[in-house]
Amino acid sequence: MSSAHRVGGKVITFGENVNTDVIIPGRYLVSIDPAELAEHAFEPLGAEVQARLRASDIVVAGRNFGCGSAREQAATCLLGAGIKAVVAASFSRVFFRNAINTGLVAVESPAAAEAASDGGEMWVDYDQGVVETGGQTFAFSPYPEVLREILADGGLIPHLMAKSGGPR
Amino acid sequence: MTAKTFAQKAIEQASGVPDLVPGQIVDAYPDLYMSHTASWRCIRTLEKMGVDKLYDVDRVAMVMDHLSPAMTAKTASDHSLCRSFARRMGIKNFFDVNAGIAHIVLMENGLIRPGQFVIGTDSHSTIYGALGAFGTGVGFSEITAAWVTGKLWVKVPESVRIEIDGELGSGIYAKDIMLKLIGDLGADGLTYCSVEFTGSYVESMSVSERMTFCNLAMEMGAKNAFVAPDEITFAYLDEAGAPREELKVLLPDEGAEYRSTVRLDGATLSPQIAVPHTVDNVLPVGDVAGTKLDQVFIGSCANAKYDDLVIAADVLSGHKVAQDVRLIVTPASAKIMAQASASGVLATLIEAGAMITNPGCGACAGNGGAMADGEVTLSTANRNFQGRMGSYDSKIFLSSPATAAASAIRGVITDPREIEAVVA
Repeated sequence: MSSAHRVGGKVITFGENVNTDVIIPGRYLVSIDPAELAEHAFEPLGAEVQARLRASDIVVAGRNFGCGSAREQAATCLLGAGIKAVVAASFSRVFFRNAINTGLVAVESPAAAEAASDGGEMWVDYDQGVVETGGQTFAFSPYPEVLREILADGGLIPHLMAKSGGPR
Repeated sequence: MTAKTFAQKAIEQASGVPDLVPGQIVDAYPDLYMSHTASWRCIRTLEKMGVDKLYDVDRVAMVMDHLSPAMTAKTASDHSLCRSFARRMGIKNFFDVNAGIAHIVLMENGLIRPGQFVIGTDSHSTIYGALGAFGTGVGFSEITAAWVTGKLWVKVPESVRIEIDGELGSGIYAKDIMLKLIGDLGADGLTYCSVEFTGSYVESMSVSERMTFCNLAMEMGAKNAFVAPDEITFAYLDEAGAPREELKVLLPDEGAEYRSTVRLDGATLSPQIAVPHTVDNVLPVGDVAGTKLDQVFIGSCANAKYDDLVIAADVLSGHKVAQDVRLIVTPASAKIMAQASASGVLATLIEAGAMITNPGCGACAGNGGAMADGEVTLSTANRNFQGRMGSYDSKIFLSSPATAAASAIRGVITDPREIEAVVA
């Protein structure tokens, strides 16, 4: 099954309550450049985790991923590191908004998060509302139309620009 | 007609869509868009969009609070960009590096009013519920989008009631109640929920204590928080310059539907502390008493308001900060600092050995007060995440200002009830 809205690849797993200070420490918020931010993504967890992050495509986590600050760079830094989607048992609400608004696919699926293995493979199709991993398929409720449109345009700002017919 | 929660009413008012139910998504038009140090990111995003006309410039409020005054040329140029943008666009509600923490500054200046819908580039925007407003945090792209379009998508949340009754014992404060609730309900206990605080203790609280409550509701994942406006609120708003006849209070209806109701008897509480590295890792202070400290920080939008400084000064009066402990006090706003200066509170703190810094977010946002490897800070702020204050190999504990002040005297984590008051 192919779809323009299917992303996936190698998985890196994290635990529960992964907070924004761990995802991108406050001292680096002086930047909004995805590549620059990516160099510091998950820095508190050490160089080994950072190297594995850069070699991965999908972040998988437990409950309350992205809790803490409203910093949008928590989503941007993951995009800069080449991450295409985050699949978690649940998200903090601000992280979820920031993910959609920056064009990072964020899927809430406790079952898929549970089934994923570190270093394994996972594919997410947000049009079909399915996650595939380890030979299993997990359904999730598709995004409401307004979110799907934002994501399809690559984030909130590109979405607004597309609607207004490009830069004014 | 169906009984409604505060959140339903606030979002109905901001969206113009009647009879909303939880889970429904609508476009809401906020009354105010707060952006703090992140403002420069909004301006750069606006430039990228090629837009120079804002939806309503009077709904924009900017406060330079997280990195103030600038310590690097990059931050200085970010501030400079915001200043010139504010001047060019005619943004009246621009507060510079001298003002203090955005949330407190906006409330002190009468910009936050009951029933309003407010978004901010800060997760602790839930604090606006202390004045009966709907406040919620968003990223900087959403503020930029609101500058241009005046709106954002909002999901109508479920609501939870938290009822606090009973009198608190001596040495126990609003912060202890919130730490206890965060520990019990967990860091995601209220995710996506609107939380309404009620009960006899809540009704007796000052606006400052209500701010502590609504601010910390975020640490359970709440979308917004709410305390019903009353005479205490109106007295605060009088002083802030928000005339009573202009206020449009929104109250939940009797019989509205709540996901759950949580009850707590304040009389059963002891001083509480959050231990590293999560805010929901909460214990009675006694369980970690004696833990050696290198630094104590009294600051942040959670607990650096005037009465927080008074509580700390009352504990520290006549005592000295322990050797080898750095006590940093960062008043939440310039107005609070002036008040503490006039009343002698600052002199008491300085006499005890405290270092007073300029108002703002200070050490809570990692702006000064950094820790070396292996160091420990007891802070009155709202987050103790790994590496938030310097080294990734340092630790942060969170407590009330009274526990922080008592611990600064002994140099180890101390139950404030153990420190005897020295009568001057």
